[in-house]
Parts: sequence; structure tokens; C-alpha cells
Amino acid sequence: MSSREIEVILSRQWADSLSTAVFIVDPEGNLIFYNEHAEALLGLRYEETGVMPVSEWSSIFTPKDDEGNILPAEKLPLVVTLTDRRPAHGEFWIRNLKGSDYKISVTSFPIMGKPDRFLGGIAIFWKNKAK
Amino acid sequence: MKVTIWGCRGSMPSPGRDMAKYGGNTSCVQVEHEDTCLILDGGSGIQELGNALDPDTPVINLLLTHLHLDHIMGLGYFKPFYNPKCTVNIWGPRGSNESLVERLRRYFSPPFFPVRLKELPAKINILEIDNSAFEISSLRIQSEYICHPGPTVGYRVECDASVLCYLPDHEPALGSSDFPHSVEWCSGFNIAQNADLLLHDGQYSQKGYERKVGWGHSTMEDAIDFAQLSRVKKMLIFHHDPLHSDETLERLFEKSTSNKEFDFKLDLARENDTFVLD
Repeated sequence: MSSREIEVILSRQWADSLSTAVFIVDPEGNLIFYNEHAEALLGLRYEETGVMPVSEWSSIFTPKDDEGNILPAEKLPLVVTLTDRRPAHGEFWIRNLKGSDYKISVTSFPIMGKPDRFLGGIAIFWKNKAK
Repeated sequence: MKVTIWGCRGSMPSPGRDMAKYGGNTSCVQVEHEDTCLILDGGSGIQELGNALDPDTPVINLLLTHLHLDHIMGLGYFKPFYNPKCTVNIWGPRGSNESLVERLRRYFSPPFFPVRLKELPAKINILEIDNSAFEISSLRIQSEYICHPGPTVGYRVECDASVLCYLPDHEPALGSSDFPHSVEWCSGFNIAQNADLLLHDGQYSQKGYERKVGWGHSTMEDAIDFAQLSRVKKMLIFHHDPLHSDETLERLFEKSTSNKEFDFKLDLARENDTFVLD
């Protein structure tokens, strides 16, 4: 086992100290950390799930648009950030693992280390309303 | 590989009777192996080192961890810079918007210093590193960004089977949610693991640290925990607080280590101490 990049370590520390839900993914899209507020919103615990591949986290919460259409992974802000290495934003519905439906806003941005290393992405999300 | 400490004081030089045992010069460590001359940081200790070096040394490799003043303040007084027959290779991290050479020029220019970088008689080569692996003669070097304000790297120097790790300014407890238990989330682990000798920041007392969380330095206790996690063979606490006398340093060290057992050797770094790593 080796340690992660310092920029990612400090991102986790920052996420840990926020009262806003935060996801952190590595350059391959693996979900490597989410904070307590994300746990409450999503209905799962980081300690239990550990690292989760992009194929799993992008579909497990069944993201849908306002019309109820399932959103493909490539439309999710964090996947856009990973693919294009740019900030992205979106609003959509999710169903958490406890069966509750929420509309959330998500803003994501790439983690760029010095001097120009792409180290993954961070998504911050807010709960807008519940059904 | 022979390691000599020419300065282990943190933040600013602290001369005086009360500091005589551990020394008042800021960070500078010399590594010698066969004909290779490698220097870690250019704090005030580099002045004496420069005077002690063989004046015919053709090539000197200077590895800077970062450009805080206590790590470069001795550069202007480093004798080999004024020897036209000498080549000095300077390695260090660049800034976000400035190259390493631009950052060094800020020090080597008025009003901070009267001699400009380009006016130094020695041949100067500036080499930027980040998370890098490179070789200097038979020494294998690994640099990695670590937890300290501004772009700061630590160094791992390997020679045959022996390993030196140099983390003079480092606050691993800040960047880790469950320090010192998780290797995955601990700054500096990659370059420190299994080192024969670790030189690690231990500037603060527990009480002093409470007011300085995020300043980039560690308590002696955190330094010890980091050494334990990294499974090093020996650790020297480095970057002594400029206000800590010899007596204070020894009292804090005693408090941090009493009634505890460690599976590695542990001591306070002391100016002029020399270690041979086989």
C-alpha cells in the first residue's frame, strides 16, 4: 500500500471538514472518498463500501431528469469532469439506498496538482428538494 | 553514504550559548558518496559547509525542498557559487506561476541580496522537479510533494541498499483524517517507508502546536508517530524551534519519549553530527 498524492490527501481533509456533501474520485473515476454529509444523503457509509468504480457509483443512485428519464453516466457532472478535465454542473434526481428520492445540484471540478498533473475530480452536491 | 548535519534549526538562525549543543543554523544536510557531493537545502548551515568543502570540488548538487527563507538564506554565502571552476546543479519545485529560476532570482536580487543569480561566477544549472525520480551519479533520488504551505517536496536518497529520507518541514497530521493509522492517507509515507535514517520536522510542543495547526510543522509526538508508521530504522527530530534552548529541547524530547518503547532509534538532530549508512 502506498499513500495518495498530497493534493488528494488534502482534498479529503477539506471534504471531511465541510458540512456539504463531497465526492472525490481518482483519475480512473474510482470513488475514493465521500464525506459524512454525502453518506447521509446517499444512504451508505464509506467505511462499508470502500472504493467504488465509476460504473457502480454512476448508476447505483439511478440518476433521472425531471421527466423521469434515466441519465446516462456521460451526462453526470463528475463524469464530464473526468472525461473533459473541466468543471461541470447539473441538477437531477437520485434515489438513495434507503429508497428516498431527492433532487440534487452537483458542481464538479478537476483536481490539478502542480505543475500540471490531473489527479481526479471533486463533486460537491446539495439537496434541493425531496419527493 | 555519509550524512552530515550542518544546520537543523527551524525558521530562523538562533545563535547563542543556550543553543550551542544542537546548533543555531537553519536547514542544511550534506550527503557524500564516493565523489558525489549532494546538499539538502541551503539554510544558514550551508555557509560553513561551503567553507569546509574541497575548493576543487567540480560539481555540487543542491536539492531544495522549498523556498521558504530559512531553507535558502545561506545561498548567497555559499563559497562554491563564487568559484568559476565549479558547477552547481540546483534542484527544486517550481511555483504555481513562477519557474524555479524566477523564484531564486527574487532572493538573488536587491534589496535582499546585492549579487544577482546571473552574476555568480560558478556555472549554475537549475532543474525543476515535482513528484520525480532521478539519479545523481550512483545516488537514486525520489522527490514528492508533502504537506507544508507552498510547493514543498521531501526527498528520499537511496545508495545501494541504504536509504535516507529528508522531511525537514512536514505536517502529516494535518492532511490525514486518521493519522497515524492510515498509510494511504498519510503525506510523506512513500518516500519515508523503511528508511535507514529519517530527518523529520518536530518543531513544536503539543501546547505550541495548538495555536499553529496548518503552519506546516509537526509536534515531536507526531514526528515519532510518523516514523513508527513508516517503519524507519532511525529518526532524528529536525527543524528545532528557534526559541527552544538545548534544555527545552531535551525536556520536550524526554516528555515525548518517556515510558514508551519504540522499535526504531530516536534522537534530536544536532549540528555537526555525522552518520554513515551502509
